[in-house]
Amino acid sequence: MSSATKDHAGLSDIFNKDEARVDWHDETLWFVRAKRDKAAHNLPEWESLRETASLIKNNVLSNLYNYLVEFETQAQKNGITVHWAANAEEHNRIVHGILKAHSVNRLIKSKSMLTEECHLNEYLKNNGIDVIDTDLGERIVQLAQEPPSHIVLPCIHKKKEEIGELFHEHLGTPKGMADPLFLTAAAREHLRETFLTRKAAITGVNFAVAETGEFVVCTNEGNADMGAHLADVHIACMGIEKIIPKRTNLGVFLRLLTRSATGQPITTYSSHFKKPRPGQEMHIVLVDNGRTTQLSRPDFRNSLKCIRCAACMNTCPVYRRSGGHSYHTAVAGPIGSILAPNLDMREYADLPFASTLCGSCSNVCPVKINIHEQLYKWRQVIVKEGYADPKKKLAMKAMEFTLSSPFVYKNAGKAGRWFMKHAPFTVNNKLNLWYQQREMPEVPQQSFGEWYKKNKKA
Amino acid sequence: MNVGLFIPCYIDQFYPNAAIATLNLLSKLGITVKYPVNQTCCGQPMANSGFEHLTQGCNELFIDNFAEFDYIVSPSGSCVLHIKDHLHSPTAEEKASGIRKKVYELTEFLTDVLKVDKLSARFPHKVGVHQSCHGQRGLMLAQMTELVAAPFSKPLQLLKMVEGLELVELSRPDECCGFGGTFCVAEEAVSVKMGKDRVADHVNHGAEYITAADMSCLMHMEGILRRQNSKVKVLHIAEILNAE
Ligand code: SF4
Repeated sequence: MSSATKDHAGLSDIFNKDEARVDWHDETLWFVRAKRDKAAHNLPEWESLRETASLIKNNVLSNLYNYLVEFETQAQKNGITVHWAANAEEHNRIVHGILKAHSVNRLIKSKSMLTEECHLNEYLKNNGIDVIDTDLGERIVQLAQEPPSHIVLPCIHKKKEEIGELFHEHLGTPKGMADPLFLTAAAREHLRETFLTRKAAITGVNFAVAETGEFVVCTNEGNADMGAHLADVHIACMGIEKIIPKRTNLGVFLRLLTRSATGQPITTYSSHFKKPRPGQEMHIVLVDNGRTTQLSRPDFRNSLKCIRCAACMNTCPVYRRSGGHSYHTAVAGPIGSILAPNLDMREYADLPFASTLCGSCSNVCPVKINIHEQLYKWRQVIVKEGYADPKKKLAMKAMEFTLSSPFVYKNAGKAGRWFMKHAPFTVNNKLNLWYQQREMPEVPQQSFGEWYKKNKKA
Repeated sequence: MNVGLFIPCYIDQFYPNAAIATLNLLSKLGITVKYPVNQTCCGQPMANSGFEHLTQGCNELFIDNFAEFDYIVSPSGSCVLHIKDHLHSPTAEEKASGIRKKVYELTEFLTDVLKVDKLSARFPHKVGVHQSCHGQRGLMLAQMTELVAAPFSKPLQLLKMVEGLELVELSRPDECCGFGGTFCVAEEAVSVKMGKDRVADHVNHGAEYITAADMSCLMHMEGILRRQNSKVKVLHIAEILNAE
């Protein structure tokens, strides 16, 4: 990927070269969104559930420190070793340290977006440790040497024929075989053996309960359980915002999470981990990695309520037509576009602009994050901090000059509908980006202002 | 009732007919409307591009032009939303906040303030309605499909009063058209694809016209329809509600 194209617009342009694929991607995700609608509409109390979840998360964000300390105390009582990581690097080092202490050089992992965010696989690989992702989607992108393109459906950008091809190459399935059932069975076969031979397992965390020191992992395939139960060492990695106060809060989130994600009433497995079984070691790594910075930005702190259901991605008309990889960050889509600039404003300056601000994301979000308003606010911050395109800056200055004065505006209009001349979003100096695939509006003989002057008293 | 007509810059320059229809429709309903001739633009293109700090000139001008009115009405949901959400002034904040409260998009003014329950309009055609996002989700002109709540739509409520008009059902009733202000050029590929898909939903369901309470979305879809040499036309909702 050349750095010249590494922004959302450039990467989406590439994705859009294959229109049939865009259609397929869009329709697949729209299907998921429609399933979500059905599931939500089946619960008359849906909106009050959302409100409750949002309030619980507000409480969490206001008392984060206390809940984390409570969790640590309880977890330690349960026999779990608790680690704290300030950033991705420290997280990776901690995980590596645990593995080294047990002389483990091969491990299995079940879906964790946090480890993606921290680039753990790469780090471990560079340190001679072999990681196998056990969830089917994750495994597929791992074989393809690609990052996930979606936080719940990591290989949603791949067609079954492409997956068949990958499996043929890596797992020895027959060439041309693209039957999903067959491929799933083949992957299972291959993974079963992995489960039995790996000593350490990493899982993510969906919810960590402060009151009890336990954590909950939600999956559909059961691989997290299989990995964690068979391994001698279970390492769970979580962002510090995953904490919830009490066990009784779980009902609210478990009801919202999967309905929002895939339209299922609940995940197939909602596994509670509270203490290591005899002879097993259980570790939990609590990771900040920019979260406290985000917490300190009043306009953006709400983004930490996110429970990673991906509903905002499925509903986002831009995401559906640009693909997850166009966001060039671990968490794609609308919420990723808010989280990423917090980590690196320069690298992700393009993402808050990758939206029409249609607002569908905010209204689909089960914890009521004001996503599109935060995108608007990031744009202001990014421009103020000097990460805007200089050409755009000049154009905006010209616009300010023209629009602040009725005299200049009218004359510019008369001189050939100023929009065509000065506004970058109708006419660009070198290339008219509007005109490439759209006709320009037909220019009327007179503006409304001119008509009004002639026909009504001014 | 002292009503000020706010005609956004792109309607003034490119779609005077939508503005004239708005004016005539309001007059027909017995409202005397005044058009402050020194207005330019609400400043939204700058603000949505991250340059809200450059909009002060536009804001002051807007306040000078419109502070005196009881109501301000505009045929563009998106510009109204911008004024409602972002019009501020360091020197005249009281006037600014007054304006934020009394600015209305045309269809909500008709349904909520004038409480129009019949119209003498006739438009014997198949029409697809594009529920523009800023109007729908921002101003709540219509219920959105994401929420679990009773459906309603102010534009549809009005269109149902038009004689001979046949509404077409869409597969995706509230999908964004992809205009998005500067988004339409900054993200050209995705914007165009969104526009093509939006247009196709209307065309495939037999629409002869696509209408909306926001001319900017229509401008985008018109650009695509005309490039496709389609016979389907766009018309601002005011032009339909005013058709005889
Ligand atoms: S922001 Fe909301 S909708 Fe998006 S993934 Fe997070 S919880 Fe889900």
